[in-house]
Amino acid sequence: MVHAEGQQHTAHAKGQQQHPISVYLWIWGLLFVLSVFSYLVDYFHFQGYLRWSLIVIFMFLKAGLIVAVFMHMIWERLALVYAIVLPPLLLLVLLGIGALEGDYTFITRGIFFGPRS
Amino acid sequence: MTQPVRTGTGEALPLPEGLPGIVADWSSDQRAFKNVSWGKAMMWIFLLSDTFIFGSFLISYMTVRASTTVPWPNVSEVFALTFFGESIPLILIAIMTFILISSSGTMAMAVKYGYERNKKMSAILLLVTAFFGATFVGMQAFEWSKLIADGVRPWGNPMGAAQFGSSFFMITGFHGFHVSVGVVFLIIVAIKVLRGDLDREAPGFLTGRKGNYEMVEVMGLYWHFVDLVWVFIFAFFYLW
Repeated sequence: MVHAEGQQHTAHAKGQQQHPISVYLWIWGLLFVLSVFSYLVDYFHFQGYLRWSLIVIFMFLKAGLIVAVFMHMIWERLALVYAIVLPPLLLLVLLGIGALEGDYTFITRGIFFGPRS
Repeated sequence: MTQPVRTGTGEALPLPEGLPGIVADWSSDQRAFKNVSWGKAMMWIFLLSDTFIFGSFLISYMTVRASTTVPWPNVSEVFALTFFGESIPLILIAIMTFILISSSGTMAMAVKYGYERNKKMSAILLLVTAFFGATFVGMQAFEWSKLIADGVRPWGNPMGAAQFGSSFFMITGFHGFHVSVGVVFLIIVAIKVLRGDLDREAPGFLTGRKGNYEMVEVMGLYWHFVDLVWVFIFAFFYLW
């Protein structure tokens, strides 16, 4: 462990995250603008697919900017990027299961608790 | 970043017995993440596990919302505030979003100044970040008390589907807890920076590891993650 730490110091001195402050200020501004956009989606009462697609697009743009620049992911090595960014895709499986389960419960509730015809 | 990194596998490793031996063996000679310290790699892996926690929360929220036959409360109206006799939808949540994003910006700059050994700027920006975080938690407390006063409970509410309350308190509560913990640690890191612990490589009070400015960056990773989670909560819970 001792040698690992010493070696990390020399290795890290090269890989240190040093970026001009303008990068952060730009991303900060972009995040502000994107947040205003997503708030306006609600303010102007967009509905249906337009609303959902706009919400999701702004959400992923914001998330991407935060992870890529603020968390320095674009400057990290690909081994780390893949190890962190790919596993959450597994949540899509849970998402699918949840959607099926939710729809099924909705239908059964309609059958058993709905108005008698 | 393209320079080769010494792997150090040629060196003889100490082989302690017992419990320390387990730790030494597992942590000894394999390094997958070459250019980051293990402190940073472990923070990333912790954040990955946290992603699954919040992902599960949001997916179960989707499931209960899809399964209810009672209409979902109109979130835009529930979180509206009245200013000067005019009701503005979702305004509190929008302000909270801007505050959290601003705190992310100050945090990123605190990391930068930390690496430049600019103790004063780094500590100031860390404290500003902590202040924004505390403001966020305060507004959340206001929001909670307003909703509780309106009769929202985890088991039901006057506006519509009962699942609204349980999802709301669980998701925002867990996120608010993360923010609160972050504020505490931001203050601790700010004190360490201000005292010069990171310049002197003074051992930390908890782990005894030598201080260095990468700690500020690792703290920043956590803080940006909290902001990241809010982006998803804002989109799925408040806007959907």
